[in-house]
Amino acid sequence: MLDFIARRLAIGLITLIGVATITFFLMRVLPGDAAVMLSGAGAGAISEQELAEVRSKMGLDRPLAVQFGAWIGELAQLNLGLSLRTGQPVASEIARRFPYTLQIVVMAMVIAVALGVPAGLLSAARAGSWLDQTLRALSVGGLAAPSFWVGLLIILGLVWLFKWSPPLFWEPFWVSPWQSITQLIWPAIAVGIRQLALIARMTRSIMLEVLGEDYIRTARAKGLSEKVVVLRHGLRNGLLPVVTLIGFEVSALFGGLIVTEAVFNVPGLGQYVVTAILNRDYPAAQGIVLILAGIVVLGNLTVDLLYGWLDPRTRIQVSR
Amino acid sequence: MSALLPSMADTPRLTRRTLQAAREQPLGAFGAVVLVVMAVLAIGAPWIAPYDPTEGNAALLNAPPSAAHWLGTDPFGRDMLSRLIHGARVSLLVGLGASLLGVCTGAAIGLVTSYRGGWADTIAQRLMDALLAFPMLLLALALAAVLGPSLPNVIVALSLPIVPRAARIARSSVLVLKASPLVEAAIVAGCSDLRIIVRHILPNTFAPLLVIATAYLGLAIVQEAALDYLGAGIQEPHPSWGLMMAGPATSLALTAPWVVVFPGLAICLTVLASNLLGDAIRDLTDPRLRGR
Repeated sequence: MLDFIARRLAIGLITLIGVATITFFLMRVLPGDAAVMLSGAGAGAISEQELAEVRSKMGLDRPLAVQFGAWIGELAQLNLGLSLRTGQPVASEIARRFPYTLQIVVMAMVIAVALGVPAGLLSAARAGSWLDQTLRALSVGGLAAPSFWVGLLIILGLVWLFKWSPPLFWEPFWVSPWQSITQLIWPAIAVGIRQLALIARMTRSIMLEVLGEDYIRTARAKGLSEKVVVLRHGLRNGLLPVVTLIGFEVSALFGGLIVTEAVFNVPGLGQYVVTAILNRDYPAAQGIVLILAGIVVLGNLTVDLLYGWLDPRTRIQVSR
Repeated sequence: MSALLPSMADTPRLTRRTLQAAREQPLGAFGAVVLVVMAVLAIGAPWIAPYDPTEGNAALLNAPPSAAHWLGTDPFGRDMLSRLIHGARVSLLVGLGASLLGVCTGAAIGLVTSYRGGWADTIAQRLMDALLAFPMLLLALALAAVLGPSLPNVIVALSLPIVPRAARIARSSVLVLKASPLVEAAIVAGCSDLRIIVRHILPNTFAPLLVIATAYLGLAIVQEAALDYLGAGIQEPHPSWGLMMAGPATSLALTAPWVVVFPGLAICLTVLASNLLGDAIRDLTDPRLRGR
């Protein structure tokens, strides 16, 4: 097990270095001069000399390799630099916004698992029934609907039915947990529907496979009640792939949040990264992209380790 | 898994097989028909659309659906139906382009590096791992911002996140095939590496690649709409489904909900169709998965 963990950690670290490299070079080839953007004027409005000063102050006149080395060096000290736009440390900007994003992701996952697993179970246990057909049709539809459109529809519905208006101020969780949950539930539903559909589909297909196994027939032959057979013997064996799916879907959730936060105007990381990328705020964009990708790597690593713990067979194989 | 597509020479057989497949997979056939209708609308947009998609009627801002404007008009007084029909061009082109480009590039990388093995395989794998760590939309957004907003650039930007996913699928097929008698025999017969990859391995990875190509077709359409919505994709006044929904939803909710509802429905229908088609292709090529 130790060997397994060490190998996984090493691969995770290498991946993170790759992520940092890709992030850096992707951001540094962004067109549009950051110095011009920063000085807040269109090109030509300020003299070349002033621009050069701004560039050298920001370190943008150094060779790319030197800038990369400097950035990595700072990273190693957990320093993400200053935002070009606001002049604030990127790390504190991220820290301020991250709780919203994290809360939406967690709430979306809870909704998706709490509804998706039972839906898939019901579907599999009553395969072919009208209930199964309805649930399957719903999940196929859920997979096709873009999360930001679902978000827009939710806003339309809330405004129309309840004369709702989007909150001007989003309460942080630690200030007022209940209000925060009721505010963020809508973006969480919008972004979680896809995961809900995926989990329901996956649970159904795995349970169908599991319920066809010999040991299930044995359990039934022993005279166990259908409930015990499905929940104790079936679900326990079927849950493993679902756990993997949940781990991998964290990445998709972040992707969905990038646009859903914009729809709801939630001041989270997703909206921040869009603004940073479109405004060529290198340090901020690099920092957030790196953090998001880092969370994905950690998520995958956790799934790997969890999988190794839950299913000892996977530890032995040199699985990639 | 075997090569799927019969040669085009025996057309009657092809027709018969297609009809039989359609009977076996009615939902997949529905998906195919929807996509064909969409394609016809997209290609024939200038002749089919009742109005010019970019010219607004200042007297009819946010007009509700009526006999003259079936789906109403948008805040610029432009006909929604015409913009939707023209928008199908962007969505289908980007969806098809991005998924084909991404799957082909990924498959090429996966096939060659995993067949060669060794350091090439290791480097490629670590690179693909790193690319996989980025949420798809984030990677596409960053690349779209780098390249600048234009149709070809959006296609390239959306294809990048597909590359590592296709490479993985190709790699797992190659690893199985490399150890198979099929490839051993080819090696003994003196085939070059290139010939083995192209003639013996590629046809056998075709089915799974086709399945993910249809899956990413739908995903690319959704993400293209997201990029447009965020302002990093197609720009006004060009009609695109994502762009049509951009704008303050809360104010539109009371004045013109159709502006938001119809483009989303168009996306849903197209993505649903491509998902159903993809599922049908998967079931037809891999009978073990039937009915899942």
